[in-house]
Amino acid sequence: MAADETRDLRAALRRTERRRTLRGLGLTLPLILFTLVFFLLPIAGMLVKSVQNGPMPDILPQTSALLQPWRASDARDLPDEAAFAALAGELRAASQNRTLPELATRLNFENAGYRSLLMATARRLPEAPAGSWRDTLVGLNPQWGELAIWAALGRASTRLTDGYLLAALDHRRDDNDHIQATDPNRAVYVASLLRTLEISAIVTLICLVLAYPLAYRLATLPESTANLMMILVLLPFWTSLLVRTASWLVILQREGPINQTLQWLGLIDQPLELVFNRPGVIIAMTHVLLPFMVLPIYSVMKGIPSNYMRAATSLGAPFLTAFRRVYFPLSLPGVTAGCLLVFILAIGYYITPLLIGGANDQMVSSLIAFLTLQTLNWGLAAALGAVLLVITVALYFVYTRVVGTDGMKLG
Amino acid sequence: MTATQDAFVTFEKVRKTYDGRTLVVSDLDLNIAKGEFLTMLGPSGSGKTTCLMMLAGFEHPTSGRITLGGRPIDGVPPHKRDIGVVFQNYALFPHMTVLENVAFPLSVRQVSAADADRRARAALGMVHLAHLADRKPGQLSGGQQQRVALARALVFEPVLILMDEPLGALDKQLREAMQYEIKHLHERLGVTIVYVTHDQGEALTMSDRVAVFNEGRIQQLSTPKELYERPQNAFVASFIGENNAIGGTLKSLSGGICEIETAGGTLRCEAIGEQGVGARKLVSIRPERVRIVEGDAAYPNVMPARVEEVIYHGDHLRLRLSTMNASDFIAKVPNAEGGRSFAAGQELRIGFNAADCLALDAPKR
Repeated sequence: MAADETRDLRAALRRTERRRTLRGLGLTLPLILFTLVFFLLPIAGMLVKSVQNGPMPDILPQTSALLQPWRASDARDLPDEAAFAALAGELRAASQNRTLPELATRLNFENAGYRSLLMATARRLPEAPAGSWRDTLVGLNPQWGELAIWAALGRASTRLTDGYLLAALDHRRDDNDHIQATDPNRAVYVASLLRTLEISAIVTLICLVLAYPLAYRLATLPESTANLMMILVLLPFWTSLLVRTASWLVILQREGPINQTLQWLGLIDQPLELVFNRPGVIIAMTHVLLPFMVLPIYSVMKGIPSNYMRAATSLGAPFLTAFRRVYFPLSLPGVTAGCLLVFILAIGYYITPLLIGGANDQMVSSLIAFLTLQTLNWGLAAALGAVLLVITVALYFVYTRVVGTDGMKLG
Repeated sequence: MTATQDAFVTFEKVRKTYDGRTLVVSDLDLNIAKGEFLTMLGPSGSGKTTCLMMLAGFEHPTSGRITLGGRPIDGVPPHKRDIGVVFQNYALFPHMTVLENVAFPLSVRQVSAADADRRARAALGMVHLAHLADRKPGQLSGGQQQRVALARALVFEPVLILMDEPLGALDKQLREAMQYEIKHLHERLGVTIVYVTHDQGEALTMSDRVAVFNEGRIQQLSTPKELYERPQNAFVASFIGENNAIGGTLKSLSGGICEIETAGGTLRCEAIGEQGVGARKLVSIRPERVRIVEGDAAYPNVMPARVEEVIYHGDHLRLRLSTMNASDFIAKVPNAEGGRSFAAGQELRIGFNAADCLALDAPKR
């Protein structure tokens, strides 16, 4: 073929390919946009929120600027008069243009008393200092003469902070900006994260143990029977999560049908404590998440030709050997996909532990909801979300490392 | 042919039903000799695969018994039967390499790893695939997968090999090559093979004996040559090879030769089966045994015919003829040098010998 002929051919090929690519893009564009706007942007927003410090650099610009060199110095003492003067001036201004409450809320995250300290100080601030501004402020409230409030102001004075992420991991910066563990009495987040991972792992394991034999049975049944059973498996999806969880509450309670039946059968004397504790949470979550384990395993098993097991048997392998060496490895992609799906869904569970669990069964999501809705500490909520996201992504990568992306089939 | 005492595999009055109403296999008796290549041939649903699966142990006879090497095997689970099975679509394990696949039967038998490796490689060498030992089955062509399946079924030196339509998924040329390869392996190893197919060409070229199945019964069990030359009934005649069938009634009989009254005249035929005068018969004539009568050559049967269509096949011509009240009578004429040429509408005479003209029992309605 002549050179220019080849070139024409290549150009024609490129044109056709480009048209195909564009058409493919057109088909997926709505979903790409949707995912971008309603999934990726909120996640990015959350990640930003988790390191965003708050309004102080805008409300107290001069004070914030003056505090930077003070923070950098090693010898920690009260800042100089200039900082006191700037603070006094800017507090009054903030009080006048009503930006003070916003700042007070932010400082309250540092210490629960700082909101009233700030509001009271601004209210009683005189026009001019009596002597130095330092003496004036300390005169209004002796706390202004302590390092703690200035360290708190210092931590709030930057645009970005690692404070929320540290708090999510039960650490904080002390008055000298050194990272140290939170007081054990107030450290709740790491324990909650570990509890979340533990409950999710237990639920995943129980789901796997229950789902694998069921999926095997379904995959070996004739089509029509299997479809009927599949509808039963999917039955939990027919009602809302809330209704199902509430039903578990009814079923598991002290006077519920389970306890009554067991007592009537004489198997137990005292009713079992099945609700407002860990077993209740695990039972309810397993029930809700089981279909997510059955479906991927079933769909992979469905694709394993029945004559593989026959071949293995005819070649001399007893049933269990044939199953272990031929069927199980081929069903693994479904198992890994199901485990990943259930684990990730379980990590985010919130309603079920809230309704059925006790105080010690609350998962991270409940804390996030509490921080978001009750204390309005969105920075900390976002930081907890970010930590959860990092754990999930890390797990996913470990998973794909172990089984490979093509070793996992979601359907 | 094969007496029961030296039979290696026997089916005795075996019946199989799945629904309790229709018999998939009915009262089957069959003896297979050691070292024999026996083919079960039949249309789908004729019970041949069911017989194979009962032999392998995946199905159980509803009644009757099957013996292997003199012992009944009904209570023996499939993995203890020592029977190698080659499945349709090969059933190679996709997550194992070719070598691991072939070594599988050895490793489940606790053969040492080194020994298993050596024997598996030898088996692969036997099917000329030693160089592909480390590939996954998915990377092989259909023909190569077929050979791996064969090596895997042979490697543990089973007493019996079953093949369930093993060449069904291959294209024509490859299928023919594999037929010879399997045939030669059989001759070299002397292993007993039971082979299931619906392809009559495969059955005729490979087998020592062929059992033709229809509706759960063996219609005829004989050598390929006898099956083709002397079919025992109308089903076998029509199923094996091409066949012109002409209905008629038996008029007279003398010395094995009968006269059959057909709509187009009387035919002198060899009588097979029922021989009473007045019996309904179906006369079978193979297209290649039909002669075009030149001059006054003498045949026991000569009929006038008209050429309806000439179909060129390269090595031969097929003539569709109108004769004896039928318009789809086929004659095969060799495309020899200097042969006659034919054209549609041409009138001619066809003749055939009594030995090529078999009067079979007409199927009962």
